Amino acid sequence: MRVTQGTFSYLPDLTDNEILAQIEYAADQGWAVGVEHTDDPHPRNVYWDMWGLPLFDLVEPGLALDKVNACRAANPASYVRVTAYDASLGRQTTALSFIVQRPAVEPSFVLDRTDEGGFTLRL
Amino acid sequence: MDRLSSGVIPYAKLGYHDPDYEPKDTDVLCAFRVTPQPGVAPEEAAAAVAGESSTATWTVVWTDRLTAYDHYQAKAYRVEEVRPGEYIAYIAYDIDLFEEGSIPNVASSIIGNVFGFKAVKALRLEDMRIPLAYAKTFQGPAHGIVMERELLGKYGRPLLGATVKPKLGLSARNYGRVVFDALRGGLDFTKDDENINSQPFMRWRDRFQFVMEAVNRASERTGEIKGHYLNCTAATMEQMYERADYAKRLGSPIIMIDLTVGFTAMGSMARWARDNGVLLHLHRAGHSTYTRQKNHGVSFRVIAKWSRLLGVDHIHAGTIVGKLEGDAATTKGYYDTCRDPSTPASAAYGLYFDQDWGSIPGVMPVASGGIHAAQMHSLVHHLGEDVVLQFGGGTIGHPMGVAAGATGNRVALEAVIQARNEGRDLVAEGPAVLKAAARHSPELAAALTTWGDVEFAFESTDRPDGASE
Repeated sequence: MRVTQGTFSYLPDLTDNEILAQIEYAADQGWAVGVEHTDDPHPRNVYWDMWGLPLFDLVEPGLALDKVNACRAANPASYVRVTAYDASLGRQTTALSFIVQRPAVEPSFVLDRTDEGGFTLRL
Repeated sequence: MDRLSSGVIPYAKLGYHDPDYEPKDTDVLCAFRVTPQPGVAPEEAAAAVAGESSTATWTVVWTDRLTAYDHYQAKAYRVEEVRPGEYIAYIAYDIDLFEEGSIPNVASSIIGNVFGFKAVKALRLEDMRIPLAYAKTFQGPAHGIVMERELLGKYGRPLLGATVKPKLGLSARNYGRVVFDALRGGLDFTKDDENINSQPFMRWRDRFQFVMEAVNRASERTGEIKGHYLNCTAATMEQMYERADYAKRLGSPIIMIDLTVGFTAMGSMARWARDNGVLLHLHRAGHSTYTRQKNHGVSFRVIAKWSRLLGVDHIHAGTIVGKLEGDAATTKGYYDTCRDPSTPASAAYGLYFDQDWGSIPGVMPVASGGIHAAQMHSLVHHLGEDVVLQFGGGTIGHPMGVAAGATGNRVALEAVIQARNEGRDLVAEGPAVLKAAARHSPELAAALTTWGDVEFAFESTDRPDGASE
């Protein structure tokens, strides 16, 4: 399967230049850029491991790409995503989040059905 | 003026027209488009509207004198001619006229008796300024845009949806098939249509079960959180609560109601949604009966404000480019009203007042009706990022099937967002961006071939007076 979380999962995997362009956009908006990784891409797994702290006041977008590459090198078989965070009043939430590495073979999920007294079965 | 003389008294002279009145920060302000009957002076018509929507009746009553009546009287403080025979009357209402947190009370006051008043030929409530002091007495959206995104884990792009078609007649099993294919193909949401409730061909409980099986299966396939707006609209509140509770038990992240349930039921469901952690989608069924004509009724921007106050998370607000009514500038005014922390008065967008929402979250606007993948760049350009783009026919009518239709829409959206973030001009380069994206997506390529030339170019019935041509 292909986990399609994130803003760009339906496009071909982004090149480093394309990743950098998105980081530049985020930096221009004043957003903090972070890198996160996980081996558990379950949709309810909100908290991936942070690769260091987010980069606030990012003036040199290349630094964030360096972070991406360091994280990818250390976790070659994990999911890695870039997140941009908007701290402005009224938002204070993630503004952009996209996967920049996925394992060669992605695990699949198995739906665990529960009995709700009707048609649904517990398997 | 002697308030005790008998007979029909001109409203203006009774204090309902006061050009010197300075509105207070806590006043509720209204802009009415007034078309007086021949021979009725505009100031008198405006005063009559102010009177009938606040304290007055057709004759003088001595019991006025038992009150501090000038406090409770609404005051028409400005009257401007905007078209021949058509005036905008600005009317101020003291905050004490309204019950805290009650849209039914606001509606009964402001649009209660007055719209049938004989002295005016036509009357339209164009806009309201809700003072922050009053706004803060309302719940506001059960979750709001930010919380919705965090619940779904979806950021940086509009959300995608589709309404299951045909609207009526599918069995629960076939209905769930469309949901499954649309969601696994790449949409975030699917939707019951406004008139899907609990009919003989598909009862609500059966629909909920098959739909949630489809939703969960699509999540399993994609690793994404998916949802379907389960329409809980029903004849009584008890039935609506029963359906909402069942949707929650099945794990649905979102439920739906229609505008036809009324403001009290909307408020009740908004409280339920806040208390139960389930998003609340509002379908504005029926609104065009009173929002569409420029000279009579209630503008949708007022309905949008009321809906944000009473607390829905989603509201249909127009597409600009689709099949349903929606002038670009007017629609932008609606979107800003739904989403922004404050909106300045803007003649160009049909906003008559500055509106401060304080910390009340934004409502996610929904664009639905006759839109398709080839318009993606225009949709993002006009509507921005915090919006649900709903492609019903534009998903289900795809020549390669429902899932392919969904995939084509998702590819188009992601390509357009990527291009926008890279600084490309969506208006000029949008079609080229889509064409390039279609090279790696046969689903998008087929969508562009099928719908590339479809547009709905009709004159709008409701453009702001101040809009540029």
